[in-house]
Amino acid sequence: MNCTDFLAKLTDYFDGQIDPDLLAEVKQHLGTCHHCEVVVDTTRKTIDVYRGHQPYEFPEELSLRMREAVMERCRATGKLPEVEKRASKPVPH
Amino acid sequence: MATSIPSPEENLTDLVPGLPPDVLAEPPHPDVELVARAKAGDAAAFEQLIRQYERQIFRTAQHITQNREDAEDITQDVFFKAFQKLEQFQGNSKFSTWLVRIAVNESLMRLRKRKTSKTVSMDQDVQTDEGSIPRDFAEWRPNPEQNYSQAELAEILRKTIAGLPPGFRTVFTLRDIENLSTEETAEALGLSVPAVKSRLLRARLQLRERLSRYFGKTKEGSK
Repeated sequence: MNCTDFLAKLTDYFDGQIDPDLLAEVKQHLGTCHHCEVVVDTTRKTIDVYRGHQPYEFPEELSLRMREAVMERCRATGKLPEVEKRASKPVPH
Repeated sequence: MATSIPSPEENLTDLVPGLPPDVLAEPPHPDVELVARAKAGDAAAFEQLIRQYERQIFRTAQHITQNREDAEDITQDVFFKAFQKLEQFQGNSKFSTWLVRIAVNESLMRLRKRKTSKTVSMDQDVQTDEGSIPRDFAEWRPNPEQNYSQAELAEILRKTIAGLPPGFRTVFTLRDIENLSTEETAEALGLSVPAVKSRLLRARLQLRERLSRYFGKTKEGSK
């Protein structure tokens, strides 16, 4: 297996969807090719860093605002019954 | 008197003798019941579905459009369209995959509107060979992200993924960030499984190459 063959199998290798014979060849190649070893290591870290650090915030305030807007649009279609009003704060006398 | 409690499978096969065994293999996804209730006009059930998937839909839209306001509009439109078309959802795929598919279409449409002179599609820029062959073989420092503040790191990750063509960015977002399977990603995007794999490889390699500027041991931008 050369580097080009290895790259062609990289996605299956990461996703654990590689048959055992091919996996042995991939591992053998990785043991002898430092460049491919670096590519595997840094690609894995690339995936991990994106999974571990969501760059976009999703605050509760945004969630609530969007949900209420969607539900209002849905109710306006007449397909949903009017829900009872949420408990409002007692009006002071 | 001790009696054994019949399993749900025994009950079902008693009730429906001709039921094929594979029907009993897996319990239905909890969304199935929520969708059925929402179809019957249960607002709380639909609101629960929004709660479950709003974050995923918002992030997917923001990754594709790279614009927070667009992502907010798209998220609302996705759930409203889903509500309007609930009757068309037959349960052949997961409800979440169905939502993602709507979100991807809405997001690409938004990109097209923004770039009126340019066609934006899942195929845009994917014909190039850029980034399909690794060129940077520098090792990264251990835990390289720890050399940056949360805000700096978020900016690096945003800038880096924003540089990918939409077709690659979308596949990477669904498969690696939102954790859809390759098959679900293919279904959500209307692509074949080999096309998803090919784009995923190139997306991963291009992101790796770009992040190496910040995380590599000997790079200029590294701290």
